[in-house]
Amino acid sequence: MTNVATKFVRRPTGRRTGASTPSGWWALAFIAPATIGLVVLYLWPFLSTLIKSFQDVPAFGPATFVGIENYTTLIGDGDFWKAFGNSALYTAIILLGIPLAIALAALIEQVGRGRSIYRVLFFLPVVTLPVAIGMVWRFIYNGDFGLLNYVLSWFGVDGQFWVADPRFTIFAFGVVGIWMGLGINLIILGAGLQAIPKALYEASALDGAGRVRQFFHITVPLLSPSIFFVTILNVIAALQMFDLIFIMLRGVNNTALADSKTIVYLFYEKAFVQFHQGYGAAIAIVLLIVIMIATALQFRLQRSWVFYG
Amino acid sequence: MAESIVRRTPGPRWRGKPTTTWPIHVILIGASVFMVVPFVWQILTLFKTTAEVTRVPPTILPGDLSLHSFETFFSTVPFWSMFAVSTGSLALRVVGQIVVAALAGYAFARIPFRGRNVLFGLFIVMLMVPSQLFLIGQYELVRDLGLLDTLPALAIPGLFSAFGTFLMRQAFLTMPKDYEEAARLDGANTFQVFWYVMLPMARPMLAALAVLTGLYSWNDLLWPLIVSPSGENRPLPVGLAGLQGQFGTDYPTLMAGAFVCSIPLVVVFLVLQRQFFAGIASSGLKG
Repeated sequence: MTNVATKFVRRPTGRRTGASTPSGWWALAFIAPATIGLVVLYLWPFLSTLIKSFQDVPAFGPATFVGIENYTTLIGDGDFWKAFGNSALYTAIILLGIPLAIALAALIEQVGRGRSIYRVLFFLPVVTLPVAIGMVWRFIYNGDFGLLNYVLSWFGVDGQFWVADPRFTIFAFGVVGIWMGLGINLIILGAGLQAIPKALYEASALDGAGRVRQFFHITVPLLSPSIFFVTILNVIAALQMFDLIFIMLRGVNNTALADSKTIVYLFYEKAFVQFHQGYGAAIAIVLLIVIMIATALQFRLQRSWVFYG
Repeated sequence: MAESIVRRTPGPRWRGKPTTTWPIHVILIGASVFMVVPFVWQILTLFKTTAEVTRVPPTILPGDLSLHSFETFFSTVPFWSMFAVSTGSLALRVVGQIVVAALAGYAFARIPFRGRNVLFGLFIVMLMVPSQLFLIGQYELVRDLGLLDTLPALAIPGLFSAFGTFLMRQAFLTMPKDYEEAARLDGANTFQVFWYVMLPMARPMLAALAVLTGLYSWNDLLWPLIVSPSGENRPLPVGLAGLQGQFGTDYPTLMAGAFVCSIPLVVVFLVLQRQFFAGIASSGLKG
């Protein structure tokens, strides 16, 4: 964000005042659609969610102010804490996909021929409907005749009901989540890899460094800003996981749903299925706080591991 | 290792002899198999009969290429209407995003006006708030306008985004001012400068924004689910989810549906690969 600041500072053209000047009118015309959009579609809905979180909002009839009651109910709600734990677990599993993405990005960068084919293959899940992905994986995970159990049986491993058994559900979703997100992570990390000066590899090769050493002593440190960015994106996306639960559990009335809800799923259920919008709003506000804390934590931690050349 | 400098080929980047890439290919092909197996399994399944699919152990290849699954899918699901709804919503969103974000992005980058920094700060703040925080308010807006179960309802929240505005502002900031000043000397007004000079130069970023918007619009499930309570005017994700409720264990039909509904975007991606990758990479500007 530092370059944003400098752009603000250096502005040689004369600063005009108000909308009375020609430049002011132009600015108004250019900015009006976006500002209306911001206020109507984002700012007001956001404030409305904030206000509702302090109200009891029945499906029909007027809302009443209840102070922090929604929040106190939330803190005492076992379902919420279960959803919170599930979201945290899912996010932790998704994070395991990042070292995998780094390794694959570095490998793809090293091949000459076939690089674009690999990129396309890894990107396919990104352009496939998440609903379709959920359906296919539900079938693969099926405990009776799923492909996964069949493959495991070759190695003498007992099959499981990967989705229907709440002990495994979140882990099963985590694998799908990693599989779905790999393509995006690879593109962002690949762009970061291409920015690393080749001369560093040549110089270190002259000093006798092998590929593995180069990877850990050049690639990883110089890629760390991209890794940091990918981590931020993945955590935010993982904390908002919804689609897979809806498709693999709710849509088919799977009983594992009760134990496998995430924060956003719980929000959807409260606000738009049961229409307890006040309580739903409180969940959304808590989600915002969780995401803000997770992001702030990462910005704090980055000082110890992200290398800005 | 010293000879690597001398023998460097233009393709691969930081290694010695070009012949040593095969272990890398082995690893990457292994990983690719993991990526592709679900798709292959989906396609094999949609040619099978329900009896074949529920057999233990599973049969890998379909016995006789049954097209029954496609018949069931197309006869029970209004695919073309769903496709039209998805495409219409995507088109409205992409056009809206491009027009609104390009105009605002240009003003934020180039037209000085009072309160600009404060207003832009507000955009940045909204950029960081997760989308669920807006859903209740957006739902009420659409409901109060009487638009539930309509195409506009699907498109409305996506007509504009703080992210698009931010992206376009960044694009205009990086452009040289010389062209603009030359056009002004020739008597062009602000809109003419924007339309004839700046916008054409911003085309790559507009394409990136279009791809990101389109991808999000096409794949989104939660918003369409909320604003299509009756199931009329459903886009593909909602319709496909409904199919699953109806045909819970008829896996060939489900796989046929998943396949047919996913194909349009996959084809677009294969044609516009470069724009997709550039779009995703440009989202990295967000940091």
